[in-house]
Amino acid sequence: MSSTTETPTVSGRSSRPVLQLGDRIFANAARAAGILILVVLAGVAVFLIAEALPAIIAPSSELPEGHTLVAYIAPLVFGTVLSAAIALVVATPLGVGVALFISHYAPRRLAQPLGYLVDLLAAVPSIVYGLWGAAVLGPASVGLSTWLDQWFGWLPFFAGPVSATGRTMLVAGLVLAVMILPIITAVSREVFRQTPKLHEEAALALGATRWEMIRMAVLPFGRSGVVSGAMLGLGRALGETMAVAIVLSVSGAVTVNLISSNNPSTIAANIALQFPESSGLAVNALIASGLVLFVITLLVNAAARAIVNRRREFSGAN
Amino acid sequence: MSTGTEETRTAAEAEAIAALPSAARRQARLPEWAPWAILGGSAVVVGGGALMFGRGIGLAVTATAVVFALLTYLASRIVEGGRKATDRLVTILVISAFLIAMAPLVSVIATVLANGIARFDAQFFTYSMRGVVGEGGGAYHAIVGTLLITAIAAVMSIPVGLLTAVHLVEYGKGRLARSITFFVDVMTGIPSIVAGLFAFALFALFFGPGVRMGFMGSVALSVLMIPVVVRSTEEMLKIVPNELREAAYALGVPKWRTILKVVLPTSIAGIASGITLAVARVIGETAPLLIAVGITTGVNLNPFDSRMATLPVFSYYSYVAPGVPREPFLDRAWTAALVLIIIVMVLNLLARLIARLLAPRGTR
Repeated sequence: MSSTTETPTVSGRSSRPVLQLGDRIFANAARAAGILILVVLAGVAVFLIAEALPAIIAPSSELPEGHTLVAYIAPLVFGTVLSAAIALVVATPLGVGVALFISHYAPRRLAQPLGYLVDLLAAVPSIVYGLWGAAVLGPASVGLSTWLDQWFGWLPFFAGPVSATGRTMLVAGLVLAVMILPIITAVSREVFRQTPKLHEEAALALGATRWEMIRMAVLPFGRSGVVSGAMLGLGRALGETMAVAIVLSVSGAVTVNLISSNNPSTIAANIALQFPESSGLAVNALIASGLVLFVITLLVNAAARAIVNRRREFSGAN
Repeated sequence: MSTGTEETRTAAEAEAIAALPSAARRQARLPEWAPWAILGGSAVVVGGGALMFGRGIGLAVTATAVVFALLTYLASRIVEGGRKATDRLVTILVISAFLIAMAPLVSVIATVLANGIARFDAQFFTYSMRGVVGEGGGAYHAIVGTLLITAIAAVMSIPVGLLTAVHLVEYGKGRLARSITFFVDVMTGIPSIVAGLFAFALFALFFGPGVRMGFMGSVALSVLMIPVVVRSTEEMLKIVPNELREAAYALGVPKWRTILKVVLPTSIAGIASGITLAVARVIGETAPLLIAVGITTGVNLNPFDSRMATLPVFSYYSYVAPGVPREPFLDRAWTAALVLIIIVMVLNLLARLIARLLAPRGTR
């Protein structure tokens, strides 16, 4: 029995040096790959800072449109947050609903194929969503926008005048909502499925209806999963580029009016639109705005991961 | 329990009902056909009415759903009481949430098919855009560019991702492994445009600010692809039973051979399908290629020299900056989108197929 308790590194005498060499090479290669990832991530930060630096230290008169860098980036940050916020408000309840449908409402046999369908939503390339948003959803939204303006025009969000092409912040937000829906659904579905069966059965045995069972057993258990899924979706929405670049008609105005054709751009869309035609300091300014986006998404994602990981430690799973 | 969903009852629910005293089971209920009757009625009256007055199909469907939900709630509230009524209402809401989520998928695929099929011909796959002003032309150059750039990205990402995952699962202990795990998670969230800016910033330092080349795009895509490969491989390696490793060690097999000959072959199905999904994810990326690679009209097979065309960027420029006349450009944009969707869907199917075919025998 003593031989089985030996660790593999102190096995057979004759072949020992050869084996250790192979082991050492392999282990080091694996570690090098891991370190390479850290280096790449550090590289992303360092190179972005290096290329953004000229714009940071340059006098404001040399920057595009003669603004200071902060005045240049602030409206973009506003647009980014606004579009992502619309997406989050729309997609979170919808995502939770879809996740509940797949985990608790759909017939067992259909649950997995339906899950694949939702995953397909995530597979569609963003450029396709952009084309769809501009060609289909935008024109289709004009009726809705007119109605919103008519009845809810007293709210600053729907003050109008209504854009005739539908290339509005509302549509951009809705397209983003469609794009982040699969993420929120996937994460929520995973935690809903892990709800202890005994809790669910106990609730049902006490006479709870299905909704009462979900409200008392499933949702409290899955709350942190929903929150982290929503934050991962937020991270994706903040950084999404092409859909916004194609859909949104941009004027640079800072406004919460969602249905007019005067909209603030987002950081990512602004880079995509301006970069190919820019040179000199304008490129550095764009990279500086990219750096801001990088930091924002980094914070959001790190927070989401922290929530997920904390939950994993406390849950009985694993 | 709601009566309209008999089949969907889980075993647990059925047991719970069976356990109830018979008096409770016999309490008043809506007949099974009631929700369907209400649905049919509201569809005919409200939806048909909306259509007759020339409102859009979207409005008709929405109005029908709202009226259906309200009527069902009221009927159930009167007959069955408040709790069951709420349950029915939530069931309707949850099902509508799923239908709403499916609507964009159906609409996207229908739109792209309808608009893209016009130019889905042999010329599209065999001609480039060199010298093409109006009609005709194709995306041969863009398809080749996309495949080339994605292939290089995959060649760079897969070994790094695999080895990192092996390190995390098989060797990983302590601070290094923990920080790698954390930063891989963080890297998953890097916006694609930032990856493009990174590639640009890196190459601009060496080649000057005007640099564009296919390889830059591959670097940007690698940044996006590596974390996906690491994550999926890690998950797959984790579910390899520890008994297999211990059995190999007990036979005196060194660790690295155990990994290569036992652990990896056992999990190859999941790993391969994860890699395929990672490829599917980056092949449709537009933003980083827009920045790092740009666009050109002719075929360029050298990834280390000047601009290359790629399908997503080709589609983007054809749509937002069409020439005169506009129609041929828009048609090509939609067809490029269609080709892109087909590629991605095929890769997704392939991933599922790989997972099934390569799965170790005796499982599943």
